[in-house]
Amino acid sequence: MPLDLNTYLGVEPDALKVYSQRAEVLAANLANADTPGYLARDIDFRSALAAAGSNGSTLTPVTTGARDVTAGGSPSGSSSDPASSGVSTEQFLRYRIPLAPALDGNTVDSQMEESQFAQNTVRFQATLTFLNNRFSELTTAITGGE
Amino acid sequence: MALFNVFNIAGSGMSAESVRLNTVASNLANADSVSGSAETAYKARYPVFQAIQASLMSPGAAAEPDRAADAAVNVSGIVQSTAPSTARYEPGNPLADANGYVYSSNVNVVEQMADMISASRSYQNNVEVLETSKQLMLDTLKLGS
Repeated sequence: MPLDLNTYLGVEPDALKVYSQRAEVLAANLANADTPGYLARDIDFRSALAAAGSNGSTLTPVTTGARDVTAGGSPSGSSSDPASSGVSTEQFLRYRIPLAPALDGNTVDSQMEESQFAQNTVRFQATLTFLNNRFSELTTAITGGE
Repeated sequence: MALFNVFNIAGSGMSAESVRLNTVASNLANADSVSGSAETAYKARYPVFQAIQASLMSPGAAAEPDRAADAAVNVSGIVQSTAPSTARYEPGNPLADANGYVYSSNVNVVEQMADMISASRSYQNNVEVLETSKQLMLDTLKLGS
């Protein structure tokens, strides 16, 4: 039974990607904490991850030539490059519902953004830990536990 | 990788806040400056912050799906306060006008101090974001080891 690394790692690589995009959005909120009229945003995590996952599971193997054997028996050369079909972050961006908007129209709540950023960081690191465990499982299988 | 963009965003926030700290420093330094006329008296300076999307910064960035979330901050200009300068009667002052008045700056020291604390906190926030993202990237580099 051949091991498919993508299936083996599961949802974790996709989650890592969405977490890093979310870190970017939260960093933008914090950088614009004093910008008049700036509206705080966040990522709709569930749909972003679902889109990243569906994108990942339909990845077609990259082939190097017409004689390559493909997994599904489909003719090679017609496969699209999975790296170029990146999911846009923009469609998952949502504006925050402000608790107490400032007089200048800014809706960034620094404390909340900070706590969300911290939460995002911890989840990112948790995902890294899961991935690390997966890799050490593989290493154990390869070396036979020696 | 999206985490690389965090460096640009947090960096833009840091430079904007340092411009703000700069204006606070000039305002506080000139709080007691006087002048011979209301027009030449020192006016408090304030930076104008503006969010800039990556797609506006460089046309090519709009095509990159990863960079849609980018919103760096930019100081679009410095404005001068329009608050009136107060006139003080100081006939002995060499800068006094024909009627013996000098015009002081319109800097509100208390407001400047509050502004300074706000700028410094925001700066620290950005440094913290930068530090955390750097750590995450280093952890990702060590994946599988």
